[in-house]
Amino acid sequence: MTGLPAQAPARRWRPGPLLPVGEGRDRALSFVIAVLCALACLTAILALAADRAASGWRTQISASATVLVRPGRGQTSSEAAAAAAEALAGVPGVTEARALDRADALRLLTPWLGGGVLPDDAPIPMLVAVDLDPRRPATSAALRAALANAGVQAVLDDHSRWLGDVERAALIARSAALGAGALVALAAGAAVAFATRAGLTSRRDVIEVLHLSGARDGFISGLFERRFAWLAARSGAYGALAAILLAGALKAFGGQDGFTPLLPLQWSDLLAAAPCPLAAAGVAVVSARRAALRVLRAPSQA
Amino acid sequence: MRYGRAPEVLRDIDLTLKPGSFHFLTGPSGAGKSSLLKLIYLAHGPSRGLIRLFGQDISTVARRDVPDLRRRIGVVFQEFRLLDHLSALDNVALPLRIAGRRAQEYRDDVAELLAWVGLGERLEALPSTLSGGEKQRLAIARAVVNRPDVLLADEPTGNVDREMGLRILRLFQELNRLGTTVLIATHDRELVQRAGQPVLRLDGGRLSPPLRPGPPVGQASGPRAEAEAAPELALDPPPPVPPPGPGEAAA
Repeated sequence: MTGLPAQAPARRWRPGPLLPVGEGRDRALSFVIAVLCALACLTAILALAADRAASGWRTQISASATVLVRPGRGQTSSEAAAAAAEALAGVPGVTEARALDRADALRLLTPWLGGGVLPDDAPIPMLVAVDLDPRRPATSAALRAALANAGVQAVLDDHSRWLGDVERAALIARSAALGAGALVALAAGAAVAFATRAGLTSRRDVIEVLHLSGARDGFISGLFERRFAWLAARSGAYGALAAILLAGALKAFGGQDGFTPLLPLQWSDLLAAAPCPLAAAGVAVVSARRAALRVLRAPSQA
Repeated sequence: MRYGRAPEVLRDIDLTLKPGSFHFLTGPSGAGKSSLLKLIYLAHGPSRGLIRLFGQDISTVARRDVPDLRRRIGVVFQEFRLLDHLSALDNVALPLRIAGRRAQEYRDDVAELLAWVGLGERLEALPSTLSGGEKQRLAIARAVVNRPDVLLADEPTGNVDREMGLRILRLFQELNRLGTTVLIATHDRELVQRAGQPVLRLDGGRLSPPLRPGPPVGQASGPRAEAEAAPELALDPPPPVPPPGPGEAAA
Protein backbone atom coordinates (compact mmCIF):
# COMPACT_ATOMS: atom_id res chain seq x y z
CA MET A 1 0.00 0.00 0.00
CA THR A 2 1.21 3.46 -0.73
CA GLY A 3 1.33 6.11 1.93
CA LEU A 4 -1.43 8.69 1.93
CA PRO A 5 -1.39 12.13 3.43
CA ALA A 6 -2.90 12.00 6.87
CA GLN A 7 -5.59 14.53 7.72
CA ALA A 8 -4.07 15.27 11.11
CA PRO A 9 -0.52 14.92 12.34
CA ALA A 10 -0.15 11.31 13.44
CA ARG A 11 1.68 12.20 16.62
CA ARG A 12 -1.30 14.21 17.85
CA TRP A 13 -3.92 11.71 16.86
CA ARG A 14 -5.55 9.63 19.54
CA PRO A 15 -8.14 6.96 18.89
CA GLY A 16 -11.61 7.63 20.23
CA PRO A 17 -12.98 5.86 23.30
CA LEU A 18 -14.45 2.47 22.51
CA LEU A 19 -17.30 3.08 24.93
CA PRO A 20 -19.61 6.00 24.21
CA VAL A 21 -19.03 8.97 26.50
CA GLY A 22 -21.16 11.82 27.75
CA GLU A 23 -24.18 9.78 28.71
CA GLY A 24 -26.45 11.25 31.39
CA ARG A 25 -26.02 8.16 33.50
CA ASP A 26 -22.37 9.01 34.08
CA ARG A 27 -23.23 12.41 35.49
CA ALA A 28 -25.69 10.90 37.95
CA LEU A 29 -23.11 8.33 39.01
CA SER A 30 -20.48 11.05 39.44
CA PHE A 31 -22.79 12.96 41.73
CA VAL A 32 -23.62 9.91 43.83
CA ILE A 33 -19.96 8.95 44.22
CA ALA A 34 -18.94 12.51 45.05
CA VAL A 35 -21.57 12.71 47.81
CA LEU A 36 -20.56 9.31 49.19
CA CYS A 37 -16.90 10.30 49.15
CA ALA A 38 -17.69 13.59 50.91
CA LEU A 39 -19.51 11.65 53.63
CA ALA A 40 -16.66 9.18 53.96
CA CYS A 41 -14.08 11.96 54.21
CA LEU A 42 -16.10 13.86 56.80
CA THR A 43 -16.46 10.66 58.79
CA ALA A 44 -12.72 10.07 58.66
CA ILE A 45 -11.92 13.66 59.66
CA LEU A 46 -14.38 13.68 62.54
CA ALA A 47 -13.19 10.25 63.65
CA LEU A 48 -9.65 11.61 63.90
CA ALA A 49 -10.92 14.51 65.98
CA ALA A 50 -12.93 12.20 68.22
CA ASP A 51 -9.92 9.96 68.66
CA ARG A 52 -7.84 12.96 69.62
CA ALA A 53 -10.47 14.01 72.17
CA ALA A 54 -10.50 10.52 73.64
CA SER A 55 -6.73 10.49 73.72
CA GLY A 56 -6.72 13.82 75.58
CA TRP A 57 -9.23 12.57 78.11
CA ARG A 58 -7.23 9.38 78.54
CA THR A 59 -4.08 11.40 79.20
CA GLN A 60 -5.82 13.63 81.71
CA ILE A 61 -7.42 10.76 83.54
CA SER A 62 -4.38 8.54 83.62
CA ALA A 63 -2.17 11.40 84.81
CA SER A 64 -4.05 11.89 88.07
CA ALA A 65 -5.44 9.98 90.99
CA THR A 66 -7.56 10.84 93.97
CA VAL A 67 -7.11 9.58 97.53
CA LEU A 68 -9.96 9.59 100.05
CA VAL A 69 -8.41 9.75 103.53
CA ARG A 70 -9.89 8.31 106.69
CA PRO A 71 -8.44 9.90 109.83
CA GLY A 72 -6.77 7.49 112.20
CA ARG A 73 -7.24 7.36 115.95
CA GLY A 74 -6.26 10.66 117.51
CA GLN A 75 -5.85 12.25 114.13
CA THR A 76 -7.82 15.02 112.50
CA SER A 77 -8.90 14.79 108.89
CA SER A 78 -6.51 17.52 107.91
CA GLU A 79 -3.62 15.77 109.64
CA ALA A 80 -4.45 12.51 107.91
CA ALA A 81 -4.67 14.24 104.55
CA ALA A 82 -1.36 15.98 105.10
CA ALA A 83 0.29 12.69 106.05
CA ALA A 84 -1.10 11.00 102.98
CA ALA A 85 0.04 13.83 100.72
CA GLU A 86 3.51 13.68 102.18
CA ALA A 87 3.73 9.91 101.72
CA LEU A 88 2.52 10.06 98.13
CA ALA A 89 4.75 12.95 97.11
CA GLY A 90 7.81 10.77 97.57
CA VAL A 91 6.65 8.03 95.23
CA PRO A 92 8.51 7.93 91.90
CA GLY A 93 6.16 8.92 89.11
CA VAL A 94 4.24 11.40 91.25
CA THR A 95 4.81 15.02 90.34
CA GLU A 96 2.60 16.54 93.01
CA ALA A 97 0.36 15.40 95.85
CA ARG A 98 -1.67 17.99 97.66
CA ALA A 99 -4.31 17.72 100.33
CA LEU A 100 -7.45 19.56 99.44
CA ASP A 101 -8.69 21.88 102.15
CA ARG A 102 -12.24 21.86 103.40
CA ALA A 103 -13.33 24.55 100.96
CA ASP A 104 -12.03 22.51 98.01
CA ALA A 105 -13.78 19.39 99.30
CA LEU A 106 -17.04 21.28 99.73
CA ARG A 107 -16.77 22.59 96.19
CA LEU A 108 -16.38 19.06 94.89
CA LEU A 109 -19.48 18.01 96.78
CA THR A 110 -21.59 20.90 95.59
CA PRO A 111 -22.89 19.14 92.43
CA TRP A 112 -24.36 16.39 94.60
CA LEU A 113 -25.35 18.20 97.79
CA GLY A 114 -25.88 21.74 96.60
CA GLY A 115 -24.14 24.82 97.93
CA GLY A 116 -24.38 26.17 101.48
CA VAL A 117 -26.47 23.41 102.96
CA LEU A 118 -23.87 21.70 105.13
CA PRO A 119 -23.21 22.95 108.63
CA ASP A 120 -19.68 24.01 109.32
CA ASP A 121 -19.00 21.10 111.63
CA ALA A 122 -20.36 18.43 109.34
CA PRO A 123 -17.77 15.73 108.70
CA ILE A 124 -16.72 15.62 105.11
CA PRO A 125 -14.18 13.31 103.48
CA MET A 126 -10.71 14.73 102.99
CA LEU A 127 -9.16 14.25 99.61
CA VAL A 128 -5.64 14.24 98.30
CA ALA A 129 -5.18 15.11 94.62
CA VAL A 130 -2.24 13.32 93.06
CA ASP A 131 -0.68 14.45 89.77
CA LEU A 132 1.30 11.73 88.01
CA ASP A 133 4.18 11.98 85.61
CA PRO A 134 2.46 11.46 82.21
CA ARG A 135 5.56 9.76 80.80
CA ARG A 136 6.15 7.33 83.66
CA PRO A 137 3.15 7.48 85.98
CA ALA A 138 3.32 5.75 89.31
CA THR A 139 1.34 2.55 89.46
CA SER A 140 -1.67 2.13 91.69
CA ALA A 141 0.20 -0.55 93.60
CA ALA A 142 3.06 1.82 94.35
CA LEU A 143 0.65 4.48 95.60
CA ARG A 144 -1.20 2.01 97.84
CA ALA A 145 2.10 0.70 99.22
CA ALA A 146 3.22 4.23 100.07
CA LEU A 147 -0.04 4.93 101.91
CA ALA A 148 0.20 1.66 103.82
CA ASN A 149 3.79 2.31 104.78
CA ALA A 150 2.78 5.73 106.13
CA GLY A 151 -0.01 4.14 108.18
CA VAL A 152 -2.70 6.12 106.45
CA GLN A 153 -6.08 4.56 105.96
CA ALA A 154 -7.23 5.67 102.56
CA VAL A 155 -9.11 4.65 99.45
CA LEU A 156 -7.24 5.18 96.19
CA ASP A 157 -9.19 6.06 93.08
CA ASP A 158 -6.82 5.77 90.11
CA HIS A 159 -9.64 6.69 87.67
CA SER A 160 -9.27 3.34 85.90
CA ARG A 161 -13.04 3.03 85.80
CA TRP A 162 -13.29 6.27 83.85
CA LEU A 163 -10.31 5.35 81.73
CA GLY A 164 -12.08 2.18 80.65
CA ASP A 165 -15.15 4.17 79.69
CA VAL A 166 -13.10 6.63 77.66
CA GLU A 167 -11.21 3.89 75.89
CA ARG A 168 -14.44 2.08 75.15
CA ALA A 169 -15.92 5.30 73.75
CA ALA A 170 -12.83 5.85 71.61
CA LEU A 171 -13.01 2.28 70.31
CA ILE A 172 -16.68 2.74 69.47
CA ALA A 173 -15.90 5.98 67.66
CA ARG A 174 -13.13 4.33 65.63
CA SER A 175 -15.28 1.30 64.84
CA ALA A 176 -18.19 3.50 63.82
CA ALA A 177 -15.92 5.47 61.52
CA LEU A 178 -14.54 2.30 59.96
CA GLY A 179 -18.03 0.86 59.62
CA ALA A 180 -19.30 4.03 58.00
CA GLY A 181 -16.34 4.01 55.62
CA ALA A 182 -16.99 0.39 54.71
CA LEU A 183 -20.68 1.09 54.13
CA VAL A 184 -19.86 4.06 51.95
CA ALA A 185 -17.37 1.94 49.97
CA LEU A 186 -20.00 -0.76 49.53
CA ALA A 187 -22.56 1.79 48.41
CA ALA A 188 -20.13 3.32 45.93
CA GLY A 189 -19.18 -0.15 44.68
CA ALA A 190 -22.84 -1.07 44.25
CA ALA A 191 -23.47 2.14 42.31
CA VAL A 192 -20.54 1.43 40.00
CA ALA A 193 -21.61 -2.18 39.54
CA PHE A 194 -25.11 -1.03 38.67
CA ALA A 195 -23.74 1.47 36.18
CA THR A 196 -21.48 -1.18 34.66
CA ARG A 197 -24.33 -3.60 34.20
CA ALA A 198 -26.49 -0.83 32.78
CA GLY A 199 -23.70 0.13 30.40
CA LEU A 200 -23.24 -3.44 29.25
CA THR A 201 -26.96 -3.82 28.71
CA SER A 202 -27.62 -0.52 26.99
CA ARG A 203 -24.60 -0.87 24.69
CA ARG A 204 -25.00 -4.51 23.91
CA ASP A 205 -24.48 -3.60 20.26
CA VAL A 206 -21.03 -2.25 21.00
CA ILE A 207 -20.13 -5.20 23.21
CA GLU A 208 -21.24 -7.65 20.52
CA VAL A 209 -19.15 -5.96 17.85
CA LEU A 210 -16.16 -5.98 20.18
CA HIS A 211 -16.66 -9.65 20.92
CA LEU A 212 -17.07 -10.57 17.26
CA SER A 213 -13.94 -8.58 16.46
CA GLY A 214 -11.97 -10.80 18.82
CA ALA A 215 -12.07 -8.83 22.07
CA ARG A 216 -11.58 -10.87 25.20
CA ASP A 217 -13.82 -10.44 28.23
CA GLY A 218 -10.92 -8.85 30.08
CA PHE A 219 -10.46 -6.29 27.30
CA ILE A 220 -14.11 -5.26 27.47
CA SER A 221 -14.10 -5.31 31.24
CA GLY A 222 -11.00 -3.12 31.15
CA LEU A 223 -12.90 -0.48 29.20
CA PHE A 224 -15.43 -0.21 32.00
CA GLU A 225 -12.76 -0.42 34.69
CA ARG A 226 -10.81 2.48 33.24
CA ARG A 227 -13.89 4.56 32.62
CA PHE A 228 -15.29 4.14 36.12
CA ALA A 229 -11.88 4.40 37.79
CA TRP A 230 -11.40 7.80 36.21
CA LEU A 231 -14.96 8.83 36.96
CA ALA A 232 -14.67 7.68 40.59
CA ALA A 233 -11.28 9.34 41.05
CA ARG A 234 -12.62 12.62 39.74
CA SER A 235 -15.80 12.34 41.81
CA GLY A 236 -13.72 11.31 44.82
CA ALA A 237 -11.63 14.44 44.41
CA TYR A 238 -14.76 16.60 44.32
CA GLY A 239 -16.15 14.81 47.36
CA ALA A 240 -12.88 15.15 49.26
CA LEU A 241 -12.71 18.81 48.40
CA ALA A 242 -16.24 19.35 49.66
CA ALA A 243 -15.43 17.54 52.91
CA ILE A 244 -12.23 19.55 53.36
CA LEU A 245 -14.08 22.80 52.83
CA LEU A 246 -16.79 21.83 55.30
CA ALA A 247 -14.39 20.56 57.95
CA GLY A 248 -12.13 23.55 57.35
CA ALA A 249 -15.08 25.85 57.95
CA LEU A 250 -15.87 24.02 61.19
CA LYS A 251 -12.27 24.43 62.28
CA ALA A 252 -12.02 28.06 61.20
CA PHE A 253 -15.29 29.19 62.75
CA GLY A 254 -15.51 26.68 65.57
CA GLY A 255 -13.41 28.49 68.16
CA GLN A 256 -10.15 27.75 69.89
CA ASP A 257 -10.98 24.14 70.65
CA GLY A 258 -11.27 23.27 66.98
CA PHE A 259 -15.06 23.23 66.65
CA THR A 260 -15.81 21.94 70.18
CA PRO A 261 -13.82 20.34 73.00
CA LEU A 262 -15.64 17.13 72.08
CA LEU A 263 -14.23 17.28 68.53
CA PRO A 264 -10.91 19.10 68.68
CA LEU A 265 -10.28 19.38 64.92
CA GLN A 266 -6.80 20.17 63.70
CA TRP A 267 -5.80 21.35 60.26
CA SER A 268 -3.76 18.19 59.75
CA ASP A 269 -6.97 16.14 60.11
CA LEU A 270 -8.06 17.44 56.72
CA LEU A 271 -5.31 15.34 55.14
CA ALA A 272 -7.47 12.30 55.90
CA ALA A 273 -9.44 13.19 52.76
CA ALA A 274 -6.38 13.04 50.52
CA PRO A 275 -6.47 9.30 49.70
CA CYS A 276 -10.16 9.48 48.79
CA PRO A 277 -9.77 9.76 44.98
CA LEU A 278 -7.41 6.81 44.91
CA ALA A 279 -9.60 4.73 47.19
CA ALA A 280 -12.69 5.58 45.13
CA ALA A 281 -10.90 4.56 41.95
CA GLY A 282 -9.85 1.29 43.55
CA VAL A 283 -13.38 0.50 44.65
CA ALA A 284 -14.66 1.38 41.17
CA VAL A 285 -12.14 -0.87 39.42
CA VAL A 286 -12.97 -3.86 41.58
CA SER A 287 -16.73 -3.33 41.30
CA ALA A 288 -16.70 -2.71 37.55
CA ARG A 289 -14.53 -5.74 36.90
CA ARG A 290 -16.67 -8.06 38.99
CA ALA A 291 -19.90 -6.78 37.44
CA ALA A 292 -18.61 -6.77 33.86
CA LEU A 293 -17.10 -10.23 33.98
CA ARG A 294 -20.22 -11.62 35.60
CA VAL A 295 -22.36 -10.25 32.77
CA LEU A 296 -19.91 -11.10 29.99
CA ARG A 297 -19.47 -14.66 31.18
CA ALA A 298 -23.18 -15.29 31.44
CA PRO A 299 -24.21 -18.12 29.09
CA SER A 300 -26.31 -15.78 26.93
CA GLN A 301 -23.30 -13.69 25.93
CA ALA A 302 -21.57 -14.30 22.61
CA MET B 1 -29.37 -24.70 13.43
CA ARG B 2 -32.40 -23.03 14.95
CA TYR B 3 -33.16 -19.81 16.83
CA GLY B 4 -34.75 -20.65 20.15
CA ARG B 5 -37.67 -23.00 19.62
CA ALA B 6 -38.29 -21.90 16.04
CA PRO B 7 -38.01 -24.45 13.21
CA GLU B 8 -34.54 -25.24 11.95
CA VAL B 9 -33.25 -22.67 9.50
CA LEU B 10 -30.32 -24.84 8.42
CA ARG B 11 -30.16 -28.59 8.32
CA ASP B 12 -28.02 -31.32 6.88
CA ILE B 13 -25.34 -28.84 5.87
CA ASP B 14 -22.10 -30.48 4.84
CA LEU B 15 -19.64 -27.81 3.77
CA THR B 16 -15.89 -27.67 3.69
CA LEU B 17 -14.06 -24.49 2.78
CA LYS B 18 -10.52 -25.27 1.76
CA PRO B 19 -7.83 -22.85 2.82
CA GLY B 20 -7.43 -20.19 0.16
CA SER B 21 -10.73 -21.02 -1.54
CA PHE B 22 -13.24 -18.47 -2.83
CA HIS B 23 -16.95 -19.22 -2.77
CA PHE B 24 -20.15 -17.35 -3.24
CA LEU B 25 -23.20 -18.24 -1.21
CA THR B 26 -26.49 -17.54 -2.91
CA GLY B 27 -30.11 -18.29 -2.36
CA PRO B 28 -33.42 -16.53 -1.87
CA SER B 29 -34.01 -14.25 1.06
CA GLY B 30 -34.58 -16.24 4.22
CA ALA B 31 -32.77 -19.25 2.85
CA GLY B 32 -30.31 -19.19 5.75
CA LYS B 33 -27.27 -17.47 4.21
CA SER B 34 -26.74 -15.11 7.12
CA SER B 35 -27.36 -17.91 9.59
CA LEU B 36 -24.70 -20.04 7.93
CA LEU B 37 -22.24 -17.16 8.18
CA LYS B 38 -23.15 -16.68 11.85
CA LEU B 39 -22.26 -20.29 12.51
CA ILE B 40 -18.86 -19.78 10.90
CA TYR B 41 -18.00 -16.55 12.70
CA LEU B 42 -19.12 -18.04 16.00
CA ALA B 43 -21.98 -15.66 16.67
CA HIS B 44 -24.30 -18.62 17.01
CA GLY B 45 -23.81 -22.25 17.88
CA PRO B 46 -25.33 -25.18 16.06
CA SER B 47 -28.31 -26.87 17.68
CA ARG B 48 -26.79 -30.14 16.49
CA GLY B 49 -23.93 -31.24 14.33
CA LEU B 50 -20.24 -30.41 14.21
CA ILE B 51 -18.33 -27.30 13.21
CA ARG B 52 -14.61 -27.41 12.75
CA LEU B 53 -12.81 -24.10 12.46
CA PHE B 54 -9.10 -23.88 11.73
CA GLY B 55 -8.88 -27.56 12.56
CA GLN B 56 -10.65 -27.27 15.90
CA ASP B 57 -14.03 -28.59 16.88
CA ILE B 58 -15.63 -25.40 18.19
CA SER B 59 -17.64 -27.30 20.78
CA THR B 60 -14.35 -28.17 22.49
CA VAL B 61 -12.76 -24.73 22.19
CA ALA B 62 -12.37 -23.04 25.57
CA ARG B 63 -14.14 -19.72 25.94
CA ARG B 64 -10.84 -17.92 26.44
CA ASP B 65 -9.63 -19.24 23.07
CA VAL B 66 -12.65 -18.09 21.07
CA PRO B 67 -11.31 -14.53 20.59
CA ASP B 68 -8.18 -15.94 18.93
CA LEU B 69 -10.37 -17.73 16.39
CA ARG B 70 -12.51 -14.66 15.81
CA ARG B 71 -9.47 -12.51 15.14
CA ARG B 72 -8.67 -14.73 12.19
CA ILE B 73 -12.07 -14.07 10.66
CA GLY B 74 -13.11 -10.83 9.00
CA VAL B 75 -16.83 -10.26 8.74
CA VAL B 76 -18.80 -7.81 6.65
CA PHE B 77 -22.18 -7.72 8.34
CA GLN B 78 -25.27 -7.15 6.27
CA GLU B 79 -26.36 -4.45 8.72
CA PHE B 80 -22.78 -3.11 8.89
CA ARG B 81 -22.62 -3.03 12.71
CA LEU B 82 -20.51 0.09 12.81
CA LEU B 83 -19.96 1.83 16.13
CA ASP B 84 -21.87 5.07 15.84
CA HIS B 85 -19.77 6.98 18.36
CA LEU B 86 -16.49 6.23 16.59
CA SER B 87 -15.06 7.94 13.54
CA ALA B 88 -14.64 6.07 10.29
CA LEU B 89 -10.97 5.65 11.01
CA ASP B 90 -11.60 4.31 14.52
CA ASN B 91 -14.24 1.92 13.22
CA VAL B 92 -11.86 0.43 10.68
CA ALA B 93 -9.03 0.28 13.19
CA LEU B 94 -11.15 -1.60 15.73
CA PRO B 95 -9.74 -5.10 15.03
CA LEU B 96 -6.21 -3.71 15.23
CA ARG B 97 -6.87 -2.00 18.56
CA ILE B 98 -8.37 -5.18 19.93
CA ALA B 99 -5.32 -7.09 18.73
CA GLY B 100 -3.17 -4.71 20.75
CA ARG B 101 -1.62 -2.65 17.94
CA ARG B 102 -0.45 0.84 18.84
CA ALA B 103 -2.45 3.69 17.37
CA GLN B 104 0.54 5.42 15.84
CA GLU B 105 1.54 2.22 14.06
CA TYR B 106 -1.71 1.58 12.29
CA ARG B 107 -3.14 5.00 11.64
CA ASP B 108 -1.53 5.57 8.24
CA ASP B 109 -2.36 2.06 7.04
CA VAL B 110 -5.98 2.47 8.06
CA ALA B 111 -6.18 5.89 6.42
CA GLU B 112 -4.74 4.37 3.27
CA LEU B 113 -7.29 1.57 3.28
CA LEU B 114 -10.09 4.07 3.76
CA ALA B 115 -8.79 6.08 0.83
CA TRP B 116 -8.75 2.92 -1.23
CA VAL B 117 -12.45 2.32 -0.58
CA GLY B 118 -13.18 5.94 -1.43
CA LEU B 119 -13.45 7.33 2.08
CA GLY B 120 -10.12 9.10 2.26
CA GLU B 121 -11.83 12.41 2.89
CA ARG B 122 -14.12 11.02 5.58
CA LEU B 123 -11.62 9.70 8.10
CA GLU B 124 -13.18 11.56 11.01
CA ALA B 125 -16.76 11.22 9.86
CA LEU B 126 -19.20 9.46 12.16
CA PRO B 127 -21.17 6.59 10.61
CA SER B 128 -24.42 8.48 11.13
CA THR B 129 -23.22 11.05 8.59
CA LEU B 130 -22.35 8.46 5.94
CA SER B 131 -24.57 7.15 3.18
CA GLY B 132 -25.52 3.49 2.99
CA GLY B 133 -22.84 2.83 0.40
CA GLU B 134 -20.20 4.59 2.47
CA LYS B 135 -21.16 2.60 5.53
CA GLN B 136 -20.87 -0.59 3.53
CA ARG B 137 -17.39 0.32 2.34
CA LEU B 138 -16.45 1.19 5.88
CA ALA B 139 -17.67 -2.21 7.07
CA ILE B 140 -15.66 -3.91 4.32
CA ALA B 141 -12.52 -1.98 5.24
CA ARG B 142 -12.94 -3.03 8.87
CA ALA B 143 -13.33 -6.67 7.87
CA VAL B 144 -10.15 -6.78 5.80
CA VAL B 145 -7.91 -4.40 7.76
CA ASN B 146 -6.02 -7.12 9.61
CA ARG B 147 -5.72 -9.47 6.61
CA PRO B 148 -7.90 -12.23 8.09
CA ASP B 149 -7.45 -15.91 7.27
CA VAL B 150 -11.15 -16.13 6.48
CA LEU B 151 -13.31 -13.36 5.09
CA LEU B 152 -17.08 -13.66 5.37
CA ALA B 153 -19.20 -11.04 3.68
CA ASP B 154 -22.96 -10.79 3.86
CA GLU B 155 -24.27 -8.84 0.87
CA PRO B 156 -21.12 -6.70 0.64
CA THR B 157 -22.19 -4.89 -2.52
CA GLY B 158 -25.84 -4.36 -1.73
CA ASN B 159 -25.51 -0.62 -1.24
CA VAL B 160 -22.72 0.38 -3.63
CA ASP B 161 -22.75 1.23 -7.30
CA ARG B 162 -21.50 -1.13 -9.95
CA GLU B 163 -18.06 0.40 -10.18
CA MET B 164 -17.47 0.26 -6.43
CA GLY B 165 -18.91 -3.26 -6.36
CA LEU B 166 -16.33 -4.42 -8.87
CA ARG B 167 -13.63 -2.62 -6.96
CA ILE B 168 -14.65 -4.41 -3.79
CA LEU B 169 -14.63 -7.68 -5.67
CA ARG B 170 -11.04 -6.98 -6.76
CA LEU B 171 -10.14 -6.33 -3.14
CA PHE B 172 -11.63 -9.68 -2.14
CA GLN B 173 -9.83 -11.40 -5.00
CA GLU B 174 -6.56 -9.81 -4.01
CA LEU B 175 -6.99 -10.96 -0.44
CA ASN B 176 -7.85 -14.42 -1.73
CA ARG B 177 -4.72 -14.41 -3.89
CA LEU B 178 -2.74 -13.67 -0.74
CA GLY B 179 -4.25 -16.71 0.95
CA THR B 180 -7.47 -15.54 2.56
CA THR B 181 -10.39 -17.93 2.35
CA VAL B 182 -13.38 -15.95 1.07
CA LEU B 183 -17.08 -16.70 1.38
CA ILE B 184 -19.49 -14.07 0.09
CA ALA B 185 -23.24 -14.27 0.58
CA THR B 186 -24.81 -12.25 -2.17
CA HIS B 187 -27.72 -11.68 -4.51
CA ASP B 188 -25.46 -9.79 -6.91
CA ARG B 189 -25.46 -12.00 -9.96
CA GLU B 190 -23.00 -9.86 -11.88
CA LEU B 191 -20.53 -10.11 -9.04
CA VAL B 192 -20.82 -13.88 -9.12
CA GLN B 193 -20.46 -14.03 -12.89
CA ARG B 194 -17.42 -11.78 -12.94
CA ALA B 195 -15.61 -13.61 -10.22
CA GLY B 196 -16.10 -16.99 -11.85
CA GLN B 197 -15.77 -18.71 -8.50
CA PRO B 198 -17.79 -21.68 -7.20
CA VAL B 199 -21.28 -20.92 -6.00
CA LEU B 200 -22.96 -22.56 -3.04
CA ARG B 201 -26.71 -22.32 -3.12
CA LEU B 202 -28.89 -22.40 -0.04
CA ASP B 203 -32.57 -23.03 -0.39
CA GLY B 204 -34.97 -23.96 2.35
CA GLY B 205 -32.12 -24.41 4.78
CA ARG B 206 -30.35 -26.97 2.63
CA LEU B 207 -27.10 -26.48 0.76
CA SER B 208 -26.58 -27.55 -2.84
CA PRO B 209 -23.18 -28.77 -4.04
CA PRO B 210 -20.84 -26.07 -5.39
CA LEU B 211 -21.59 -24.87 -8.91
CA ARG B 212 -19.34 -22.84 -11.16
CA PRO B 213 -21.02 -19.89 -12.89
CA GLY B 214 -21.53 -19.99 -16.65
CA PRO B 215 -21.03 -17.10 -19.09
CA PRO B 216 -22.54 -13.74 -18.14
CA VAL B 217 -26.25 -13.41 -18.81
CA GLY B 218 -27.83 -9.97 -19.07
CA GLN B 219 -28.06 -7.61 -16.16
CA ALA B 220 -30.96 -9.19 -14.34
CA SER B 221 -30.53 -9.59 -10.63
CA GLY B 222 -32.52 -10.40 -7.55
CA PRO B 223 -33.83 -13.67 -6.20
CA ARG B 224 -36.20 -14.36 -9.04
CA ALA B 225 -33.66 -13.65 -11.80
CA GLU B 226 -31.13 -15.65 -9.88
CA ALA B 227 -33.50 -18.59 -9.56
CA GLU B 228 -34.22 -18.46 -13.26
CA ALA B 229 -30.53 -18.28 -14.06
CA ALA B 230 -29.60 -21.18 -11.83
CA PRO B 231 -29.61 -23.82 -14.62
CA GLU B 232 -26.86 -21.87 -16.33
CA LEU B 233 -24.46 -22.62 -13.57
CA ALA B 234 -22.13 -25.49 -14.35
CA LEU B 235 -21.80 -28.20 -11.82
CA ASP B 236 -18.50 -28.31 -10.12
CA PRO B 237 -17.93 -31.73 -8.53
CA PRO B 238 -17.47 -31.42 -4.81
CA PRO B 239 -13.85 -31.80 -3.83
CA PRO B 240 -12.79 -34.71 -1.67
CA VAL B 241 -13.06 -33.92 2.00
CA PRO B 242 -9.55 -33.02 3.18
CA PRO B 243 -8.31 -33.65 6.67
CA PRO B 244 -9.06 -30.82 9.09
CA GLY B 245 -6.83 -27.85 8.56
CA PRO B 246 -6.73 -24.08 8.70
CA GLY B 247 -9.70 -22.27 7.23
CA GLU B 248 -12.10 -25.19 7.30
CA ALA B 249 -15.67 -24.96 8.38
CA ALA B 250 -18.37 -27.56 8.27
CA ALA B 251 -21.86 -27.34 9.69
